[in-house]
Amino acid sequence: MRRVRDWWANPWGRPRALVVVTWGYMVWSIAPVVIAILFSFNSGRSRSVWQGFSTRWYWGDPTSSVLHDPTLRGALEQSLKLAGLDMLIAVPLGVGLALGLTRWRGFGARPVNFLMLFPLVTPEIVMAVSLLLVFVTLYRVPLGTTAQVLGQVTFSVSYVVLIVRSRLLSVGGEYEEAARDLGATRVGALRLVLLPLLAPAIFASLMVVFALSIDDFVVTDYLSSTASTQTVPIRIYSSVRGTATPALNALATVMVVATLLAVGLAFFVYRRVSAAQRSERGVALREIAALEI
Amino acid sequence: MGRRLFWPSFAFPGAAWLVVLFLVPTYAVLAVAFGRVDPIFNNPVPVWEPWHWQFQTMRSVLDELRPGHPFWTVYARTFAYVAIALAGCLAIGYPVAYYLARHATRTKAFLLVLLIIPFWVSYLMRMLAWVGLLLPDGLVNRTLMDVGILSQPHGWLDGQSSSVILALIYGYVPYLILPLYATLDRIERHVLEAGRDLGASPFSTFVHVTLPLSRNGILAASVLIALPMFGDYYTNDVISGSPQTSMIGNQINLFFQGGPQRTVGAALVIVLSALLAVLMSYYLWVTVRASRSEPAL
Repeated sequence: MRRVRDWWANPWGRPRALVVVTWGYMVWSIAPVVIAILFSFNSGRSRSVWQGFSTRWYWGDPTSSVLHDPTLRGALEQSLKLAGLDMLIAVPLGVGLALGLTRWRGFGARPVNFLMLFPLVTPEIVMAVSLLLVFVTLYRVPLGTTAQVLGQVTFSVSYVVLIVRSRLLSVGGEYEEAARDLGATRVGALRLVLLPLLAPAIFASLMVVFALSIDDFVVTDYLSSTASTQTVPIRIYSSVRGTATPALNALATVMVVATLLAVGLAFFVYRRVSAAQRSERGVALREIAALEI
Repeated sequence: MGRRLFWPSFAFPGAAWLVVLFLVPTYAVLAVAFGRVDPIFNNPVPVWEPWHWQFQTMRSVLDELRPGHPFWTVYARTFAYVAIALAGCLAIGYPVAYYLARHATRTKAFLLVLLIIPFWVSYLMRMLAWVGLLLPDGLVNRTLMDVGILSQPHGWLDGQSSSVILALIYGYVPYLILPLYATLDRIERHVLEAGRDLGASPFSTFVHVTLPLSRNGILAASVLIALPMFGDYYTNDVISGSPQTSMIGNQINLFFQGGPQRTVGAALVIVLSALLAVLMSYYLWVTVRASRSEPAL
């Protein structure tokens, strides 16, 4: 009762307007996606008028469901394949680069450090055009899966470096030195001490790279060749304005669920691994969030 | 392995990758833009030696960029769209980030999760969601007609500038809020208390303490979303698809996906990069400076 009276006396006192704006924003940012997911369960062909519930567009429909339409299923497979390859290549490269750049203080460290930042700020279309041109005119890399993986790794590496490096800096060099003092070789100290300490950051990187790859449209599209190398975002882009059925929503929904599962799993592992250091949890969230620039 | 080469050898593969697949490709754009065009197949023929570069393509592109010419219109439109969308993003994003950093207590963790969800939903999925809502028989038109604001469906997707700008705001605002939140969250509470103790009202504490302290954060976050917006073409293609609303990105995309004139496209990429270089160097400068003064994120 008192709260109501306070509000009545001064409705624009400190945060009321902010509360409204914040919750309004949250609803506005998430409701459209939820509605699109609901329409993937529509029983009719419309993406905007509700005609009843069904799982027709996931597997029921014998020709145009996600499961049975080869273009939709192919897109899903291509997306996951690229994400897997991107993670497999970009994360080791990025971890190595982060280790090298943090510990190596010689000539050459500075330019590489600087070069690494550029993929983060270059607009994607500029990167896509330059990769396309270099593949076609100089390297003769055939467009398609190979080119797509090379492109995705190029923009993913820097994110891995940022995540792993911030962890390296917060861990410091003491544990490694202790291991060396106790007789470990340089490689041994790296394998037995530093890598376990980096595990949370490596998990975070895997997750971020997965999301970057799954989400990428421009570079992947420029470097695609035939219909078989189209990914989910490309599929959405090319058919969203046409006479697409809710199968498109279903395809997008599968992708969202896959991403959220990957994120959830990685976050769970991250927490388990860094459970010993409770204070790190806030950092984890911030790292993951801030790095999805 | 030699002592001195131990750590550099870790960095080598990644560094080599960036040189081969980032630095050289960037040079390839120059080589194509200042290169020749095969007279028979109309293919671009890159010229790798700068002393053989030819500049007529670039000159004609720059000619088209003068006020009143076709590229000028596209550039002016892009700057207008980005400026309005940026203002909109700040108008929505700053209050949300401020509330989260300063006032949210019990709900903070939940709100942060909600804030991060859009990052994990593909950008095109989020655009797909709006297309469904904005279709002639979509929820937006039906609601507005039920309420009586519209008497017939409005063609939101038929090349409306307003739809494109709103879609840009919707698409990019999450990328603005998070860094803003990080900046505002870092402002120490006792700095604000000092402001209050010295007799400032909450409002003037905000104006004289919080706002100046978050200025760099605002600038960095704005640059962070302005850069991709300048190169964006898919939002436009999905929400409007009309040449009436085409942006720089659409123009470049046209030369690469549709037409044979990749040389012109490459020249346009160089012009765009030159314009964005200012923004990019500002952002890099801020990042490098921040990483020196604050090593542990």
